[in-house]
Amino acid sequence: MLSAAVIVFREVLEAALIISIVMAATRNVMNRGMWITSGIATGLLGACVVALFTDAIAFSLDGVGQEAFNAGILLTAVLMLGWHNVWMAQHGKQLASRMSNLGRTVSSGDAPLYALAAAISLAVLREGAEVVLFLHGIAASGESPHNLLLGSSAGVMAGILAGYLLYSGLVRVPVKQFFSVTSWMILLLSCGLAASAANYLEQGGWLPAMGYAIWDTSSWISEQSLTGQLLHTLVGYQASPSGIQITFYVVTLIVTLTLMKTVSSLNSKSEQAAVAN
Amino acid sequence: MSRHYAIAALAFALSSTICVAEEFIITIKNHQFSPIELEVPAGEKVRLKVVNQDSTPEEFESYSMNREKIIPGNSQGIVFIGPLRPGTYEYFGEFHQETAHGRIVAR
Repeated sequence: MLSAAVIVFREVLEAALIISIVMAATRNVMNRGMWITSGIATGLLGACVVALFTDAIAFSLDGVGQEAFNAGILLTAVLMLGWHNVWMAQHGKQLASRMSNLGRTVSSGDAPLYALAAAISLAVLREGAEVVLFLHGIAASGESPHNLLLGSSAGVMAGILAGYLLYSGLVRVPVKQFFSVTSWMILLLSCGLAASAANYLEQGGWLPAMGYAIWDTSSWISEQSLTGQLLHTLVGYQASPSGIQITFYVVTLIVTLTLMKTVSSLNSKSEQAAVAN
Repeated sequence: MSRHYAIAALAFALSSTICVAEEFIITIKNHQFSPIELEVPAGEKVRLKVVNQDSTPEEFESYSMNREKIIPGNSQGIVFIGPLRPGTYEYFGEFHQETAHGRIVAR
């Protein structure tokens, strides 16, 4: 029962943290509840479908289909989160001023909530499929369903609690810094997902490792520990990253930051032109 | 000059992926791995075939090798590892951590 709780917690934690960052980032945006709920719902549905087709996915591509699948999901999430950040770099200032001037809620307008909903959906799908497989596995091996239910609900609750704690911390950030804080969190989150994608591509044999364990900090913060897990999800912490993981992390960081800076400087130039006219 | 380095680096990168990796087999039965200790060559990419003879799925996971892969019940999967530095690398079955443990020794 305890092992069920721990494993379910680990899987739920990652999705819960991503959801709470997105919820914080879309605070005061109209209709966000609908988007986030539909993201979670499609993710759960997808998780069941993926769990059902695990064998087919595993057997495809000469036994490394799972790696291709996971890498694809992760890289799509990276694109979605990147798109959100670039959009925010363009419109964040207006959103922030509207938030402080015109009361609490702003209309999302054409805010790319679908991008964030998709990112949530993919996170829930990936982690959820593992939970479904695991629970199905131990149910099949004859553990009492009562214990299983108790253990896994405890895991789910603990994961949601962790997400809630992060959320309530984030919404205390003052409006002025709020969007830059959430943008940075989403940026680092996406870099971490890119590094995980690199790991799957390397595990599947498509990319070279470019050096194993470039550094090893597992004696300070092990990835098994709760701190290590939190850092892994939030900023992509790896105790012993390979060269290809570091490369993906850094490239994602640089590309997204460059796009964000370019878009926001274009934006301020056009604002100046509008004032001059 | 730097172009030559770039080409050499690319060639190296490609050669290390393309060259055929030696295959080793690990079997899962009764939620245990065998052999418990597997010796592989250090400094080379290795193809690990994980065969699951149990009817339940298992997740092959290793922190030191950054590996994580679900092997469905009565099924098998391929995990590429390395090139590893000489040393011992622990792995475990995440779905049955009480019994499923093993290590890979790179020499």
